[in-house]
Order: sequence, then C-alpha cells, then structure tokens
Amino acid sequence: MDAALPHPALRDPAWRGRVVLMLTVAVLLWPLFVATEFKPWTLLAPESLRVSAGFLASFFPPAHGGDFLLLVARETWRTVAIATAGIVLALFVAVPMALLVTRTLSVSALSGRMARGPFWLRQGVRWLLVLLRSVPELVWALVFVRVVGLGATPGVLAIALTYGGMLGKVYAEILESGEAAPTTALLRNGSSRLQAFCYGLLPQNAAELTSYTVYRWECAIRSSVVLGFVGAGGLGQQMDNSVKMFAGGEVATMLIVFIALVALADRVSAGLRRALA
Amino acid sequence: MRARDAANQTYRLPPRIFDARCRACWYALGIVVLIVASFWSLDLQWAQFLSLQALASMARFVAEFFPPETSAPFLAKVGQGMVETFAMSLLGTLLAAVLGIVLALPASRMHEGDPARLRGAARLLLNALRAIPELVWAALLLVAAGLGPFAGTLALALHTSGVLGRLFAEAIENAPREPAAALRVQGIDAPRVFLYATLPQVLPQLMSYTLYRWENNIRAATILGVVGAGGLGQLLAFHMGLFQMNKTATVLAAMLLLVALVDAASFGLRRWMTR
Repeated sequence: MDAALPHPALRDPAWRGRVVLMLTVAVLLWPLFVATEFKPWTLLAPESLRVSAGFLASFFPPAHGGDFLLLVARETWRTVAIATAGIVLALFVAVPMALLVTRTLSVSALSGRMARGPFWLRQGVRWLLVLLRSVPELVWALVFVRVVGLGATPGVLAIALTYGGMLGKVYAEILESGEAAPTTALLRNGSSRLQAFCYGLLPQNAAELTSYTVYRWECAIRSSVVLGFVGAGGLGQQMDNSVKMFAGGEVATMLIVFIALVALADRVSAGLRRALA
Repeated sequence: MRARDAANQTYRLPPRIFDARCRACWYALGIVVLIVASFWSLDLQWAQFLSLQALASMARFVAEFFPPETSAPFLAKVGQGMVETFAMSLLGTLLAAVLGIVLALPASRMHEGDPARLRGAARLLLNALRAIPELVWAALLLVAAGLGPFAGTLALALHTSGVLGRLFAEAIENAPREPAAALRVQGIDAPRVFLYATLPQVLPQLMSYTLYRWENNIRAATILGVVGAGGLGQLLAFHMGLFQMNKTATVLAAMLLLVALVDAASFGLRRWMTR
C-alpha cells in the first residue's frame, strides 16, 4: 500500500475535509438553482441566441439622429431635475425629523434620564423614519403613479420619501456622534433647542452633513433613472420604451449617456464635497 | 494660540456672505441655480398632491390596503415569491463574488514590478458593470433570458460583480506585500502566491464586502420583479396593476419582513465571523 502513495509534496492532508465541504455547499446551493430557474443553457438555445445576437448587433451604431439626441438631452436633464427636486423635498422631511430625534437636543435628558413623553416621541419618529426608508423608492413610485398619474411628480415624491427617511436617520446619527458639551452648555444656560442646534451642533457637523447630502444626491440620480421604468419620467422611461421596441441603437446611446451621467455626478459630488467641507 | 485682542482693536465685521474669490460661494450659488432650474423645468402637479381632494384620495387609497389578504393559497403564493426573491439575492451575490474576484485579479497590481497590462481594461469593464443599475440590467437581460427569476439573478450578479470587483481589487492592492514577496522570491508561480499569501490576508475583508452587498441585493431583488424578473416584485406589480390593494398590502408586508430577516441573518453572520 505504501508504495502506491504519491510523493509527499503532492499529498493533500486535507482532501477529505475539502471534498465534504464542496459536497455540502453543492447540496445547499441546489435549491437555490432550482428556485431561480437557473438554466444558463437557455441563453445558448439557437432561438434565444438569435434574438439576443440580433438585439446586440443593433446596438452598433448607437442612434445619433439630431431629434433623438435632443430627446435624450431633455430626458437626461429631467432625470437630474427629478433627483434634485426630490432631494430638496427630502430635506423638508429629514431636517425636522432629525431635529426631533436627536437625543443631544433633549432638555429633560440634561438631568439624567429622558422623561417618558419625549422618549416615546423620539422613538415614534425613529420608527417613522425606518418605515419611510425601508419601503423601496420604486414601490413608493408605483403607489404615487396610481395616485397622481404618470410623469415626474411620482418620481420626485418617491425620492423625497425614501431619501427623507435615509437622510433623517443619518443626520440624527451624525448629530449625536459629535461633541455634545457645547450643546448641553447652551441648553443648561437657557438657550432654546433651536439656538442650541444652530450654535452648538451645526457648526461642528456642518461639513459632514453637507458631504452626506451631496453623496445622497448622487445616489438619487441613479435612482431616478430606475424610477423611470415604472413611468416616473426621465431617461429610464425612454430606455424602457426602447428596450420594449428592440431598438438597440437607442438603448446603446442611452446607456452611454447614463454611464457618462453617473461618472459626471460622481466627479461633481467629489468636487463639491471637497469644496464645501 | 492667537494673542489676546487689544481692547482698542476695531470691531471686525463677519466675512461677507458672497465673495467672488471664495470657491465655496460659487459652488453654493451653482447649487441654488440647479435647484431653481429643476423645480422650474419639471411640470410638478403641486395642486394634484397638495389639494384637499388629493389628500382624501390618498387616504382612500391607503385605506384600501386594509385588511391585507390572508387566505391560505395566496399566502402560499407569497411564500413562494419570498423563497424566489431570497434565492435570487443569494445566488446573485455568490455568482457576483466569483465573477468579482475573477475580474479583480487582472484589475489589481500585485507587486511593484507587475506590468498589469489588463488593469485599465478590467477597471473600465468593472466601472461599466457597476454604473448600470440592477433594474436596467434586468430589463436588458429579459430579451435574452426571458421573463422569470433567472434574468433577475443574472442582473444582480452583473451589477454586483462590478461593485465587488472594484472593492476586491482595492483590498488586494492594499494588502501587505511582504508574504507574497517572500513566496515570489522562492520562484513560486503567481496563482499559488495569490492563493497562499494574498488571499488568506484579504479573505475576511472580501467576506465582509460580500455580506454587505447581500443585504443590498435582497432589497434590489424584491423590486427587480417590477420589470418582470420574478420574485415578490412581480407579484407586487401584478396585483397593483389589477388594483387588488389587499393582496398588494400582503406582498409589501412580505417584502419588509424578508429584508428585516436578511438584515438579522447578516448581522448574526458578521458577529459569528468576527468572534
């Protein structure tokens, strides 16, 4: 038997463990493949291959007619405008809620424990923020499309609510993570909570708050493209139409514009954050 | 330390609000212009959603959600949707982790003398994969893969591999170089240097990134169905399209529940791994 063993350098002492691990992983993964109907070979079936090859081939050359480019430019602006308007409305949701939630601004907490009323008020607003941001913006958009109809309005409202929740939560976290001493000193000396916020909390946290807001604006641009797919206007809606009509050239142009837009927003946001910090 | 101001020093005015030499002022002005232009150019129907009538219709709409549908066959259907969404997110993330590491290797410079000829091309590919959101990928892949969760899984995998590939490449490039150098001077080939020197160092970070993306992907997977890529989103779009609000409410509740469950699972896994 000993003679049959391979050279020590080629022997793997852990092979049994490895094989068992691989088998377990395979068994655990199997249901996933079944549940997602994972059949890569359908991609290679002649029928679907013909369709996708045709679609891909029509990407070149990207559509570049004057009218179409004008349309794309207009829709791109709408996408940016929806994101910007959405973020501005989100601030109206986020700032009051963040001020309500921030524990540092509690007067009753100055003397030990926070009183019960303010505590539950803060907890309630916190839950409201959680609810606002855990419903995806696409679902908000679907709901608002039903209520106010197709167009930019549902997109703006959807971004306002989801991002209001996100910004509110993070604003409160930023405000609570800072140095609390100046604020408590102001409160103890009888300043109002708004004064304590403006002169105690805001100056030390302003840079971080601005930087996070600008970062979220960048994310909102990406979201607003996606929202177009449920009829909230902008680049997404045009892309949805073009995909449904198998107009590959138009899709290619819009993808290029979209990638450029995201890269540009990335640059602008990085520059702004550096300048405003 | 600034010297104490003299008592007779003239009172200094605060800086002017707008100063042509201050860059931040110009940026702030630009932002204000952007905001005004946005509101001006969008045909927002303020009246539509701020009027009393709109609020009433909104309230009626919300009221229609209650009570959520709880019949056993429908719950079973929602349960199946949950399983499908969960499987999409998990498989999509796993595929993305594999694809991500495959793309991260050419995208990172392993050592000082590494020519890394494909670095630029690989990074460009990763950026393109990342720039296109999951939902857009799904809409594109529906053409090739047909309706159903398969397209959704692939869409998640493609977008996430762009994100993870970039993070993985950063992690690999930032790993300490000494162990790899020690193996390389012994004449060991590049794959084995990676497997035995670099990978063990960056593995915890890669796992942590992957878990983080999984939490993201479960959120994305719930909505991918809206364009027809399977899971809970498809149920949601279907029932909302038919104005069956009670069923929509159940699907929404299932979405929130699933996201909360995955967050808890991911939190537990993280705790278990860092223990």
